[in-house]
Amino acid sequence: MNRALTIALPLAVALAVLGAWEWAVAHWQVPPYVLPAPSAIAHAFAGNFTSLMAALASTLTVTLEAFAAACVLGLATAIGFSQSRLLERTLYPYAVILQVTPVVAIAPLILIWVGFERINLALVIIATIVAFFPILAGATLGLKSADFNLIDLTRLYGASRAQQLWRVRLPTALPYLLSGMKTAGGLALIGAVVAEFVAGSGTATGLAWRIVESGNRLEIATLFAALALLALTGVLIFAALSLLEWALLRRWHESALSNS
Amino acid sequence: MLTLSMISKRFANGTQALRDLSFAVAPGEFVSLLGPSGCGKSTALRIAAGLLLPDSGTVTRATDDIGFVFQEPTLMPWADALTNARLPLDLKKLPRGEAADRAAAALARVGLSGFESSFPRELSGGMKMRVSLARALAAQPKLLLLDEPFAALDEITRNQLGDDLLKLWREDGLTVLFVTHSVSESSYLSQRVLVMTPRPGTVMADIALAPGRDSRLAPVTIDAQRMISTALNEAA
Repeated sequence: MNRALTIALPLAVALAVLGAWEWAVAHWQVPPYVLPAPSAIAHAFAGNFTSLMAALASTLTVTLEAFAAACVLGLATAIGFSQSRLLERTLYPYAVILQVTPVVAIAPLILIWVGFERINLALVIIATIVAFFPILAGATLGLKSADFNLIDLTRLYGASRAQQLWRVRLPTALPYLLSGMKTAGGLALIGAVVAEFVAGSGTATGLAWRIVESGNRLEIATLFAALALLALTGVLIFAALSLLEWALLRRWHESALSNS
Repeated sequence: MLTLSMISKRFANGTQALRDLSFAVAPGEFVSLLGPSGCGKSTALRIAAGLLLPDSGTVTRATDDIGFVFQEPTLMPWADALTNARLPLDLKKLPRGEAADRAAAALARVGLSGFESSFPRELSGGMKMRVSLARALAAQPKLLLLDEPFAALDEITRNQLGDDLLKLWREDGLTVLFVTHSVSESSYLSQRVLVMTPRPGTVMADIALAPGRDSRLAPVTIDAQRMISTALNEAA
């Protein structure tokens, strides 16, 4: 399929859906507090542009900080696991427990421990917990996937563990790590929004808070505008990470080659 | 150059791979280790390289400058041919320029000039094996260990690489230990063939080959094949 079509087709679907939506709302006279028309959402977006952008900036900051923290912590933990089976066996179950416990359930605890006066730190910690596991899982698998013969070869030339890690294990792990990062990017945003919801209004200033507030005031058009902004942000994060993946793997990895 | 004496090895799964394996390779010699699949040839080679420890017996190597070529090219797919050939030099922390020069020279020696920046996936099976050979040569080894390096290649490529290996061996005065399951390959390439028994592997026959085997079809090469085949049948 050519490039123009991959952009044109989803765009055509979006336009068709928006047109049908606009028509349906007008035709059946749906009240705006149930389902506002796309034009009303656009109007609300324009009218609240400054405050929505401020909210987006707040959520995005939390998301990116949490994503960065998850990358560093996930990769560092995976490197630790790859160097010591004992460490992996000891700590991996706890990583899993952290992953399977719903973050909504532990978020209030973290908010209390960190304190509402440091709300942003609490939000970042919660979102980091959500985004951490795919990075750890991907990097751990990747670091273990190094060709045994290649590792043997480095031993033959007297390579240190650090050299083996840098020259063989980390490059081997890169595609796995990037795959984990793509999942983690979306999860960091979800984590940030969940954390904002739990923190509630008054302290949080992100898009989730705008959604709660708009819902309470029955400003459904603004709610939709915030929602659309959130979805767009998620898509952009995914697109940026896909681009990074393509840039790093395009010369050698099958996954990137099949797309180009 | 290399001596293995009374080597035994049993794997964790209970398989007795080698029993009382002994042989020696003199400096400058080209020796083939020949045997059926699963007779422990690769295990013996890994023990010779020091990659694997035997349960009993001793290994003596006169040098630590070893080159090793696996059955698969075993290249780094994320790195171009030059970076792959440089790996041993980079691990030994040679200055970057010198490492690049030596790796490029090694690639040139295996006929890969102009392919320095090609990635493994852009190269044919034979070319990948040449990069693997260049990597082993780049470190200027005194002892070259090869584990069925050409087994996965087509016959034409296999013969070309065999000839190239012979040329490199003559030019460098290398000592070569060549693991193979091919009677014709061993009869043409090596000066001496060690025939192994099926598992648990040990050396059954030590056959010194007559000189003058300048072609694969020379009568003296064919004679050597016959001798080796007979010994192989007796070992089985």
